[in-house]
Amino acid sequence: MVPIAAYLILAAILFCIGIAAFLIKRNVISIFMSIELMLNAVNLTFVAFAHMWHQVSGQIFVFFVMVVAAAEAAVGLAIIIALFRSRQTLNVDQVNLMKN
Amino acid sequence: MPAALQIALFVIFGLLAVAAAVNLLLQRHPINCALSLVVVMMSLAVLYWSLGAEFLAAAQVIVYAGAIMVLFVFVVMLLNAGEEERTHGSRIAYIAGIPGAAALFCLLVFVFLSERQHLGTTQIGGYLTNATSNIRDISHMLFTSLLLPFEVTSILILIAILGAVVLARKEL
Repeated sequence: MVPIAAYLILAAILFCIGIAAFLIKRNVISIFMSIELMLNAVNLTFVAFAHMWHQVSGQIFVFFVMVVAAAEAAVGLAIIIALFRSRQTLNVDQVNLMKN
Repeated sequence: MPAALQIALFVIFGLLAVAAAVNLLLQRHPINCALSLVVVMMSLAVLYWSLGAEFLAAAQVIVYAGAIMVLFVFVVMLLNAGEEERTHGSRIAYIAGIPGAAALFCLLVFVFLSERQHLGTTQIGGYLTNATSNIRDISHMLFTSLLLPFEVTSILILIAILGAVVLARKEL
């Protein structure tokens, strides 16, 4: 019998590692991957709460999150390819056209 | 199924997920990050299964670990992304972001631990009896009361395909 709180804390750990990776990483693909990690951590909390309330609504929510994440990954990676074509770099520090 | 199995599954795959996430944080090459993320997603699929979400476990392996990560690896190889150099990007991100993430983590853990009596414990295999499966409930709800959102997501996918094709074209 694992407490639900253990699953939620695991999800919190993964989410905060995702935040840290989002802030530390400089490669735009790695930053995108850390966003996916955060989405996965939130999905785990949805599934844990669905288990706790004995309902499938949380699982259906995760299903929709997966669909939107797939769409987001396709569009985001296309944007990264377009960015690389125009700037010849993947480093976010060198993508500062709107900063100056 | 014995309760020890669920504890063992949670400990093994929870630790594996955390270790792979830390590896994602520390690795510099994007392909290593992508492979670490695959390990995280497969571990999460096992955890979903132990929480009684068999459909989501399968969808996690097929959609996330399969489709999305293949797309990531494909883009990493297409763009020939090398090791990133760690520069000091945004100072505010380090000053406010890392302590903010740590504070958020402490807050979440505090809330979860203080409410752990109300949250209860898990039973392996989910909550449904053997006669009715989880997938049946999900599909019944998805194709009756949630039919409109389900159809809207298919339109969303279609728009995403068009957007990806337009954005990744050579002459932008």
